[in-house]
Amino acid sequence: MSETKGLVALVTRNLRQSGIYIAFVAIVILFAILTDGILLAPNNLTNLVLQYSYILILAIGMVMVIIAGHIDLSVGSVVALSGAVAAVLIQQQGWPWWAAVLAALVAGLLVGVWQGFWIAFVGIPAFIVTLAGMLLFRGLALLILSNISISIYDPAYKQVAGGFFNGLIGGDGYDAFTLVIFGIGILGFAVMQWRARMARLAYQQDVESMPLFIGKLVVVAIVVMAFAWQLATARGLPYVLILLAALIMIYTMITKRTIFGRHIYAIGGNLAAAQLSGVKVKWVNFSIFVNMGFLAALAGIVFSSRSSSAQPAAGEMFELDAIAACFIGGAAVTGGIGTVIGAMVGGLIMAVMSNGMSILGVDQSIQSVIKGLILLLAVAFDVYNKRRAGTR
Amino acid sequence: MSDNILEMRSITKTFPGVKALDDVNLSVQRGEIHAICGENGAGKSTLMKVLSGVYPHGTYQGEIHFDGKLGEFGSINDSEARGIVIIHQELALIPYLSVAENIFLGNEQKTRGLIDWDKTNAEAAKLLARVGLSENPTTPVNQLGVGKQQLIEIAKALSKRVKILILDEPTAALNDSDSAHLLDLLRHLRGQGITCIMISHKLNEITDIADSTTIIRDGKTIETLKVGPEFTQDRIIRGMVGRDLENRYPEHVSSVGEEIFAIEDWTVHHPTQHDRVIVDNASLHVNKGEIVGIAGLMGAGRTELAMSVFGRSYGSKISGTVRMHGKPVNLKTVSDAIDVGIAYVSEDRKRYGLNLIQDIKTNTTAAGLSKISRGGWVNSNEELKVAEEYRTSLRTKTPNVHALVGKLSGGNQQKVVLAKWMFTDPELLILDEPTRGIDVGAKYEIYTIINKLADQGKAVLVISSELPELLGICDRIYTLSAGTITGCVPKEHATQESLMELMTKEKERV
Repeated sequence: MSETKGLVALVTRNLRQSGIYIAFVAIVILFAILTDGILLAPNNLTNLVLQYSYILILAIGMVMVIIAGHIDLSVGSVVALSGAVAAVLIQQQGWPWWAAVLAALVAGLLVGVWQGFWIAFVGIPAFIVTLAGMLLFRGLALLILSNISISIYDPAYKQVAGGFFNGLIGGDGYDAFTLVIFGIGILGFAVMQWRARMARLAYQQDVESMPLFIGKLVVVAIVVMAFAWQLATARGLPYVLILLAALIMIYTMITKRTIFGRHIYAIGGNLAAAQLSGVKVKWVNFSIFVNMGFLAALAGIVFSSRSSSAQPAAGEMFELDAIAACFIGGAAVTGGIGTVIGAMVGGLIMAVMSNGMSILGVDQSIQSVIKGLILLLAVAFDVYNKRRAGTR
Repeated sequence: MSDNILEMRSITKTFPGVKALDDVNLSVQRGEIHAICGENGAGKSTLMKVLSGVYPHGTYQGEIHFDGKLGEFGSINDSEARGIVIIHQELALIPYLSVAENIFLGNEQKTRGLIDWDKTNAEAAKLLARVGLSENPTTPVNQLGVGKQQLIEIAKALSKRVKILILDEPTAALNDSDSAHLLDLLRHLRGQGITCIMISHKLNEITDIADSTTIIRDGKTIETLKVGPEFTQDRIIRGMVGRDLENRYPEHVSSVGEEIFAIEDWTVHHPTQHDRVIVDNASLHVNKGEIVGIAGLMGAGRTELAMSVFGRSYGSKISGTVRMHGKPVNLKTVSDAIDVGIAYVSEDRKRYGLNLIQDIKTNTTAAGLSKISRGGWVNSNEELKVAEEYRTSLRTKTPNVHALVGKLSGGNQQKVVLAKWMFTDPELLILDEPTRGIDVGAKYEIYTIINKLADQGKAVLVISSELPELLGICDRIYTLSAGTITGCVPKEHATQESLMELMTKEKERV
């Protein structure tokens, strides 16, 4: 196989996925030019990561919900609830920060158990259950907060979203530790890719040509190290970024490589066939919502830590941002299709656009119009793609 | 020439690759009840769809003369306007609307643009009286039984000034007394000059009520029988099945071993209508290395029997015993059934068998993921290897196993479903209509695969509507009629006629 052929195959094999990466790169370049490079400036890049981390955490759980053919409208309210639980325990009950974090996570799990029960075992559509949950948990958050904001002063708790690794091993004008961590990350990625390639060869499968394989790794390494350099010259490596990276890796593995993950796709792709293949549909659906509750609580902790407070209106409209991220990232409206990585890129597209337009001073109203259009176009592209593919 | 209300001449209808109707002729006399019979897939429903305009004029060859004029119907509305009304097997009533609303749906009784409810209900009451119902027209339809709903469909047809009423399997879903009532009503309507065309599998009903019957086989009209000494069930059966067995089946001699699978006194009720018996006290067994067939007409309960065994995927109030190797097993879920070594390949591969938006590899391992995983982690390289092995051994025509299943042809899709269930390494394979909708060449390949499975010592249970297929591949054939097993015939003694007789046999009433 010639090199060019390999590249073309790589792009066309999964247009649905590669299309979204190309769009992402185009949008980044567009806004980098429009903002005279401010978009990619060290401080702005750091801010962008922190500002959107909680949406991305929500999108990880949401994409699994959507792949299984459901929806979750309640995550914004759960963000508020978990923040409220943590704030009240720290500020009013004097709990240590880690105990409050655990309690908030448990609250999220309980929310998931509640919604999962109604959806999986009673059989009420997720749209209804989570619409009710949206009201229910918002109300509970207000109750816990007695309708007022509570500021959180605990420095350790504030570190969750505001903390950085910086200066651990020195560096002059940049943080060497950040670069080292990213370097290790890239190395790990390269080793994994190499082993996967070897395994495929051992099973006599096709692999891309060696120059293409190395070229791909080099491009990834350059882009990632450039990003790392920008972080290193700003405030260093945010804790949140490590959390996010770990979540993305874990959930990518779960969805791609485990039986549980396969069952999520099977349920969304053809429920009746999944049932007749021995998939325990109820338990899978239940687990998906318990997991969503957990991740929503985690997002709530990050959000309240970043704003150093729990507010009654925290997390409003987050559910819509998370859902939009999934659909822009190629998840199918009818279920069965979608990836964690796709949802992340979808979320980042929205993040870069909001951030870029804010830098340019575009009015909020216009921003909203543009985001709405992007979502519509992304789903229209998906529908068009499916019709063109013409499943017989 | 006699007074024919309907003449369909030389009707030919082709679908891509298939000739569904081939030069079919049908003449129906004014005021008679005319039955149409034939095996599943013979083309009965297609013919009626041509007549009622579901397949519009121009998509078929031939001509229709109706009531003295040429009938060129572009849609159902056209044919209804001329007085041709079809009542489908699945009732088309809207459950939450009232009887009167359903009767006049699409034909609302208006004064000055608004619905006149008094008129609607009064007219509905009159129509209900004509079909012998005394229900209040404002009752929601879902509060009535299936039998009464069928009558409401007829009332709806009468409201359209029907000249020919077409009924597709009208009594398939009805119990005995409701069926009797419906047949009485048809006689009564005949007295009022309404012509009826009835598609039915129940031969006793046909000989009971019809004035003539047209037999269709493989998309061709075979003959039309009139009431007389010739008009017997045996005669109709001969017309329905009289075809030669060609050499379309691979040679195979089974080496039959000990019993692997058996059910005893298996009774299943309808999932929502708990008093309707779907499978009645059925007992059967399949031995190692044996290919056993189940023959039965549409609605006999074949699929329901298989699915109720397969982890109770169908039905309610299930009773009876399932035994594997002589030991009773309790199969409460599909995974229980898979664990004891049962595989069920559904008759509708697109709805129940495959995930069309996933690739071949994922579909192949969908029911047996635990075989290629450790601690919940799937070994994707092992998966690829397995999928490739099945692709090669079953000769699935596709460049690689990354192709989406939705893009394969029917025969190749069926091979993927077979691979999926072969991979679970079952002892018993239940194959429901394994060759439905696939071409002759692919059929032969599927038969070869079935033979190989038997040679490997699997027990195979084949459900099929095609009698030649069962006679061609099975060692033994059970016949199922209205949920009851009416016979078990070894291959050597079975003929299409004898099977058809058993398949249409009414169970002896106690």
